[in-house]
Amino acid sequence: MPDGASALSLVLGGDPALYAIVGLSLLVSLSATALAALAALPLGATLALVDFPGRALVVVVINAFMGLPPVVVGLVVFLLLSRSGPLGFLGLLFSPKAMIIAQALLVLPIIAALTRQTIEDLWVEYRDELTAMRVGPAARVATLLWDARFSLLTTLLAGFGRAAAEVGTVMIVGGNIDGFTRTMTTAIALETSKGDLPLAMGLGLVLITVIVGVNSAAWGVRRIGELKSG
Amino acid sequence: MRALQTDLPIVLDDVSLHANETTIIRHVSLVVSPGAPTFVVGPNGSGKSTLIRLAMGLIAPTTGRITWGGRAESDGRRRAMVFQRPVMLRRLAAANVTYALKVAGIDRAVRTERARDLLDRVGLGDLAARPARRLSGGEQQRLALARALARDPEVLFLDEPTASLDPAATKAVEDIVRAVAQSGVKVVMATHDLGQARRMAGDIVFLVRGRVAERTDAEPFFTAPATPEAAAFVRGDLVI
Repeated sequence: MPDGASALSLVLGGDPALYAIVGLSLLVSLSATALAALAALPLGATLALVDFPGRALVVVVINAFMGLPPVVVGLVVFLLLSRSGPLGFLGLLFSPKAMIIAQALLVLPIIAALTRQTIEDLWVEYRDELTAMRVGPAARVATLLWDARFSLLTTLLAGFGRAAAEVGTVMIVGGNIDGFTRTMTTAIALETSKGDLPLAMGLGLVLITVIVGVNSAAWGVRRIGELKSG
Repeated sequence: MRALQTDLPIVLDDVSLHANETTIIRHVSLVVSPGAPTFVVGPNGSGKSTLIRLAMGLIAPTTGRITWGGRAESDGRRRAMVFQRPVMLRRLAAANVTYALKVAGIDRAVRTERARDLLDRVGLGDLAARPARRLSGGEQQRLALARALARDPEVLFLDEPTASLDPAATKAVEDIVRAVAQSGVKVVMATHDLGQARRMAGDIVFLVRGRVAERTDAEPFFTAPATPEAAAFVRGDLVI
């Protein structure tokens, strides 16, 4: 299998262009997940703990948005950031920043929806105790987020997995510019359509390795954390 | 400094609680005054837990009125509760207590020291750095007591705190509760363990099917129960 063999040599050979692509992909997807988590964790926990009119609707919408098509998110962010769009003055289109924003929007509903479910389940267990201690609403959100931290790590990984694997948004808002906004997924799409299957396969291999690596690291953190604090 | 208002006496005035179609508490009128521990006893399903939760202010009655120290509204900062199965926060034992101290509004500077005192008081001083969820059932219940005491309560409610503990762990909990009661905290405890009520109770609220069948001092309840239900219960017969 000659294609497979040259893919392997590309990866093991330490091709600098390839590693730049890997680095950018990681930077974009990790930043997007972190950015989304900042908003989605408190949002999900609040949805789980605070009742307000229209809550059910918000929950349904967020659950539905877990399946947002990346190309649609990409298109919306593209329209917002394009020169004639409302945020065009920022000049962000076709930059890594635009890709981070788009991926963050893509994974925000995933993290928020899974967080809501996790916190809601935990609240059943904690309700009596925290109510008896007269813990206020904001402190409840903080307490449950902290006590659910090990489960929420898996939630963050689900978000990261989605961001790292998608190609639609980064293709549209990043533009797949060589050396600037090219990620592993856009490169794979491009190289496959060009017929450079060795590079496409090498990138695919690296992408899977990176995702397994991030998940292993998270698993290690979770184990150590659980050992230390139960 | 604002003078602390007292939550005692706790007065339940013709209190009933319905959930869906079932009546859990029926027309209960009750006064809980300072003094020796008040024990809520009765068969399983008689409404002991519910009565304790009502008096704690965790749930509101369907009809009737509850007042704490004459007030219908009370912030409950001087009431604390220990549940049958306490929920341990996913932190170290000491952190569980500092959390309770923080919620109770205790200054950060003194929390660590206070937590150490409270852990010593329940005999968990050596286990402060142990994850709370890795403690045994009895140790967890003592940690729950330390957490409750962190609120410096005037009234301590306990809902069958020893129901799932072995005799040694039960004794440890009883000793702590006894010491707490002797220090002037009003203890209100639900149990279906008659021996425990005999060992510790000052007075008895005997519940059958959601109503108070008998309300007396502990001594006459055990030696000369006034109602046939109480007589059967003290004898060890099933009360249906």
